[in-house]
Amino acid sequence: MSVKQQQLDDAALLASGGELPLYASSKKIYPQSVEGRFRRIKWAILFVTLGIYYFLPFVRWDRGPDAPGQAVLVDIANRRFYFFFIEIWPQEFYYLTGLLILAAFSLFLMNSLAGRLWCGYLCPQTVWTDLFLIVERWIEGDRRERMMKENQPMSLERFTEKLLKHSTWLLIAWWTGGAWVLYFADAPTLVYKLATFQGEPIAYIWIAILTFTTYFLAGHMREQVCTYMCPWPRIQAALTDEWALNVTYRFDRGEPRGSVKKNEALRQAGAKSGDCVDCHQCVNVCPTGVDIRDGLQIDCIQCGLCIDACDNIMTRIGRPTGLIGYDTENNVKRRDAGLAPLPTRLVRPRTVIYAVLISVVGLLMLYTLTTRKMIEVAALHDRNPQYVTLSDGSIRNGYTLRLVNRQGVERTFLVSVDGLADAKIESAGVTTDSQGRLQAPVGRDQTLELRVLISVPAGFSHEVKSHPVVIRVLDPATGATAMVADHFFLP
Amino acid sequence: MTQTDKHADIDSHTGMHTTGHEWDGIKELNTPLPRWWVNILYATIVWAFFYCIAYPAIPLIQSFTPGVLGWSSRQGVNDDLAKLRERRAPIVAALSKASLQEIEQNPQLRTFAIAQGKAAFGDNCAPCHGAGGGGSKGYPNLNDDDWLWGGSLDQIAATINHGARSDDDQTHAGMMPAFGRDGMLKPKEISDVADYVRSLSGLTQPAGVDLKAGAKIFADNCASCHGEKGQGNLELGAPNLTDAIWLYGSDKDVIVDGLKNGRGGVMPAWAGRLDATTIKALTVYVHTLGGGR
Repeated sequence: MSVKQQQLDDAALLASGGELPLYASSKKIYPQSVEGRFRRIKWAILFVTLGIYYFLPFVRWDRGPDAPGQAVLVDIANRRFYFFFIEIWPQEFYYLTGLLILAAFSLFLMNSLAGRLWCGYLCPQTVWTDLFLIVERWIEGDRRERMMKENQPMSLERFTEKLLKHSTWLLIAWWTGGAWVLYFADAPTLVYKLATFQGEPIAYIWIAILTFTTYFLAGHMREQVCTYMCPWPRIQAALTDEWALNVTYRFDRGEPRGSVKKNEALRQAGAKSGDCVDCHQCVNVCPTGVDIRDGLQIDCIQCGLCIDACDNIMTRIGRPTGLIGYDTENNVKRRDAGLAPLPTRLVRPRTVIYAVLISVVGLLMLYTLTTRKMIEVAALHDRNPQYVTLSDGSIRNGYTLRLVNRQGVERTFLVSVDGLADAKIESAGVTTDSQGRLQAPVGRDQTLELRVLISVPAGFSHEVKSHPVVIRVLDPATGATAMVADHFFLP
Repeated sequence: MTQTDKHADIDSHTGMHTTGHEWDGIKELNTPLPRWWVNILYATIVWAFFYCIAYPAIPLIQSFTPGVLGWSSRQGVNDDLAKLRERRAPIVAALSKASLQEIEQNPQLRTFAIAQGKAAFGDNCAPCHGAGGGGSKGYPNLNDDDWLWGGSLDQIAATINHGARSDDDQTHAGMMPAFGRDGMLKPKEISDVADYVRSLSGLTQPAGVDLKAGAKIFADNCASCHGEKGQGNLELGAPNLTDAIWLYGSDKDVIVDGLKNGRGGVMPAWAGRLDATTIKALTVYVHTLGGGR
């Protein structure tokens, strides 16, 4: 039951001298099946999104002999995230910020175009609830049968049905949890391990957690999640505007509602008559149990099923379809005032700004991803001591370097120092080439911490106590370079 | 709290009771919470009740209720440490068995020893030698290539184990006598020999210094420990006076002060205070600081 209806009920209760309860127990909703355009769109989206979720871990992607061959993999143990051709290291996690910004703006753009597109078609809560509803309908029957059975005493048949329903739900939920963990390890290997009870305990724990949440949220909580738990309806209501398309009941056309005969009689008499025959089909098919004829409301997820239901009825009684449809608040008001509706304006400053922001952030991410450096170096100067005087009077500074090799093969980097005359660079256990450059081998897709000592001979003439230096790294195989600026301290 | 007050504010638009709160004319409808929501609240209260029984929870005047499970955060830390020790046990055992030279040859042991040594250094050595072993006046810099008592692995181990001028039987002995205070040299002689010592490492001299007189005094008094050429002696911890490294400083005043009052910095013996494995790790770590031989 929608919040609005509950408030009306409460008001009626108060009016009749009753007391308002502190708690409201939720009323069970029995959504009815419906056929139509939006139902077909929802089926398609359900198959596509669930298909991606359940089967994506099995998609392979060749990254070379020693790299994981899974297209999408969150490798927590090795601290790598793979997404097809993209590979992200923990220090590049800011891409996630970019993704979140993209997600937020996409949500805003969807909202300014056509309201709660996300809620109605794409949100996992909606998709899985839909899936669980199919199961429920398939086992227990449609709305009417389910409502009837609810009041029947327990029988063997009823028990079998319930058992079948809940075990199917649990099976789906378990598969959902199982698919989740496959994103964190090599999927075929993990499936084999899980099936032979050799998996890590953490894998089973996560499967259990997601089995529970899926079963509970999609099977039992359903519209309560949207109405009470989710913050988006609140934000959405504040973000929407009079130009956004929303699932709307055209009350100018529908009211006054009444039976077909009565409305027909009114129409014949030339009086104002509505098309709404008050059949409640829009309410019956609604997965959140709202009455769309009450207007935009927080618990309406705008899935469009009431449009299908109403269109079916309108066709049957020979009236034009579209009594419920995607419409703007502007047009609802204009129609009510007897004005012609305005064409839908999808290009508005608001949608343009969102689209531009999405493109800017998206292009920025694409740019940084494509120009990602395959080799890098960072330096940390010793803090204590800042410099060391050696017996022969030469001055030495210590640095801890971090060499990064993002390539799929081991490489020997050449490390040299620039900006300091006669400087010598050395590191324990690392050889140098003829030009005095360190030859540091860095494993494939690895970093190497290297403590290097840079020294200048005695009598090094200097005017400042802190001399700028540049540490350069060269990959002779590709010619790629990286550098880091630091300081050389002197007495 | 059910709404029994018949005079409670009623919102004209919805006909609902309000909570009676008002913000700039905006009022809040008193809409009942969903039952399941409230049940979750009750569940957390029940949970808290059992939690208080199971875990330390209620403060008393001198102590607190310990909880029937007997868990404590201190015990938790100890358990974690015990687990850590257990996990490290094999490599610690390997470290305790291996000789210093073997540790140097084994990259895995060496890496572990350096990590252990670094931690132990921070806890025990940093107060005098500095966090990075940089030393300070009177406390040797462990990063340079000059060693009072030798910079090989075994020599460093001996110094850490027995200390310098400590109460250990095998400690490094040998100290700079107080030539001035004990009347062995006169102030003029001290000044001359100080000039001579500065000349050994090529420091600039003011005009008119008598290096020959200084050289004579040096040969008679100092060479026995510091060597004829002032090159130092590791057996006695006598510093090399010809290099650019000065433990106390190279100013003449500082050298005169040392000649007058003597020098003899003390390093404690760590053999009884730290276990043998930790000392091994410390040795390897100090050896890597940049001056190891």
